[in-house]
Amino acid sequence: MLANYGYQDGSGEYFITIDTEKCDGCGECVKLCPAGVFEVKEEDPHDPMREGPVAVVAQDKRRKLKYECNPCKPSTNAPALPCVKACKAGAISHSW
Amino acid sequence: MSEQKSPEFWRWTESNWVNPQIDWKKAKYITVGVDVGSVSTQAVVMADGEIFAYGNRRTGSDSPNSARKGLSFALEKTDMPETRIDYSIGTGYGRVNVPMADRTLTEIACHARGANFIYGPQVRTVLDVGGQDMKAIQCDDKGRVTNFLMNDKCAAGTGRGMEVFADLLGVPIVEVGERSYKVTQEPPAVSNTCVVYAKSEATGLLRKGWTTEEVLAAYCRAMAERIYSLVERLGVTPEFAITGGMAKNRGVIGRLMSLMGLEPAKTTWDTQIAGGVGAALFAHALCQKGKGREKKPA
Amino acid sequence: MISAGIDCGAKTTKVVLMKDGRIMGKVKVLTGFDQKKSILEAWDLALQSAKVSADEVNRTSGTGSGKNVVTFALARTLDLVNDIKAMAKGASFYFPRARTVADVGAEEGRAAKLDDRGNAADFAVNEKCAAGAGAFIEAMARALETPLEEMGLLSLQSDKEIPMNAQCAIFAESEVVGLIHRMTEKKDISKAIHDAMASRIVSMIRRIGVNEEVVLLGGVARNPGFIEAVQRQLGIPNLLIPEEPEFGMAVGAAVVAAEGS
Repeated sequence: MLANYGYQDGSGEYFITIDTEKCDGCGECVKLCPAGVFEVKEEDPHDPMREGPVAVVAQDKRRKLKYECNPCKPSTNAPALPCVKACKAGAISHSW
Repeated sequence: MSEQKSPEFWRWTESNWVNPQIDWKKAKYITVGVDVGSVSTQAVVMADGEIFAYGNRRTGSDSPNSARKGLSFALEKTDMPETRIDYSIGTGYGRVNVPMADRTLTEIACHARGANFIYGPQVRTVLDVGGQDMKAIQCDDKGRVTNFLMNDKCAAGTGRGMEVFADLLGVPIVEVGERSYKVTQEPPAVSNTCVVYAKSEATGLLRKGWTTEEVLAAYCRAMAERIYSLVERLGVTPEFAITGGMAKNRGVIGRLMSLMGLEPAKTTWDTQIAGGVGAALFAHALCQKGKGREKKPA
Repeated sequence: MISAGIDCGAKTTKVVLMKDGRIMGKVKVLTGFDQKKSILEAWDLALQSAKVSADEVNRTSGTGSGKNVVTFALARTLDLVNDIKAMAKGASFYFPRARTVADVGAEEGRAAKLDDRGNAADFAVNEKCAAGAGAFIEAMARALETPLEEMGLLSLQSDKEIPMNAQCAIFAESEVVGLIHRMTEKKDISKAIHDAMASRIVSMIRRIGVNEEVVLLGGVARNPGFIEAVQRQLGIPNLLIPEEPEFGMAVGAAVVAAEGS
């Protein structure tokens, strides 16, 4: 499943996509995100038939993604995002 | 709601229904799905995976009680006691406030499963536009989610955004669709996505001599374009189905369908019950797998 | 050499007249629905207050969301200055050593990193969404049934931290109503509103990097509750704020006109 967390408003689109087929719930993204955007759930809340842990974007961060991720996305010389780098399975991607 | 002026522009009809062809006493599993949304609450009661009864009413400001009231409302015209229920699942924005739920599931999972039931297994893309959010979901033929996105941050395109405009223009929500088509020429969409800025823009248009219907049409078009861009971002695979309160707004949905260039799937069921249906079906599946509640001692 | 800067903003239109690096006149009028009318009104009032005739103004610049209307309204040659540049020049006019500036207006917020010549080296904006601009506090003031000018002082009376779930002015209005129904005190709600607003501006500032001295411009910089919240969230004891911060961009535009770029 491609779980797209985030929103679209007048200023743009801000979605973080987690590919749950690639995610094994290892939790590296949780450790490396400075804003605490990610969480690992024991069960996929959107797919009760899936077994095993999975990463999600925390409920209280979903509506603020642009603001939470801003420090990792400077307007110039943006380095690789820590969450994307941390995920060995390549399950995480950003739409902006 | 912050502005409750009389007349109440936001009001729509509450309803409940019982299936005359089902005898609940013969059912193996009775399961319940309660979808507590920000604006409306639906309780769906299923007997062995078939819809036995449901109720749809306004959530109101007392969320914890809305689940209980929702369920009583659904069972009002039946003689089934609540104690007969084998398993309940709560879903929706207020799912933490469903006291009788054995567990909760997200609206994403429940809407996909519910749409698969009420529209049929050929549904692959579901769009749900509710009071405070919009979701677009892709699913397989069993109603299992393969891709989704949801926006509950921004009011533009949601029921609440529509309520703000209905209020500004003094048009009851149930009349929006019809009146938005009473224009000699379809005007361009309001240019501001943000509802706050769109309101100022609309006021400016009215001052310039636009009619209420023209401003309404411009706003419905803007809402349709907004919903369209969300759905396009996800990708649309037919069959395409629409659930949620906004499905009843012809002004927005009619314009959305011309943008999408396809016909949505049809159903005779009330589209607002999709989430509750999905939850009740998951509850049924769990019972069948032996993961239901421990039977209470007789 | 007399120069003029005109900032036609979403809520107010400002005109600043400068002579040899000093401000001679500053006028602000409500923009309303007729931008051309408010530009002409502000222009005439500014000339009157500085006792200068239109012919004596050597160079003029226009900025703000209505900048294109300025050319049309005044029917004179003028430079159009983008908002970021006007903001940057305005900030360095008042605080030449500052390297970070944020401007929060009625409908838009912007931030920039400045070089030592007052040019923007980097910038970020909060646009097209009321939650990132003054319109948010205005909408919340209505929901709290409190005059806008009193919102800031009200929030300073509270030391509670109530996070807001809503990130949209429309949903926040319902959330405020909910808080009122749950008997939350108005001062605590006002603080929550200012904290939420500040977090969105601070996040924007962090995108361009904070360089110690931070200048704050724009109408929202008059709000003591907002100032306090931004200072607290940035961990900076004192933001640099000129008197009448809403004139920041108009001043910057006048500076650009004088520089004859």
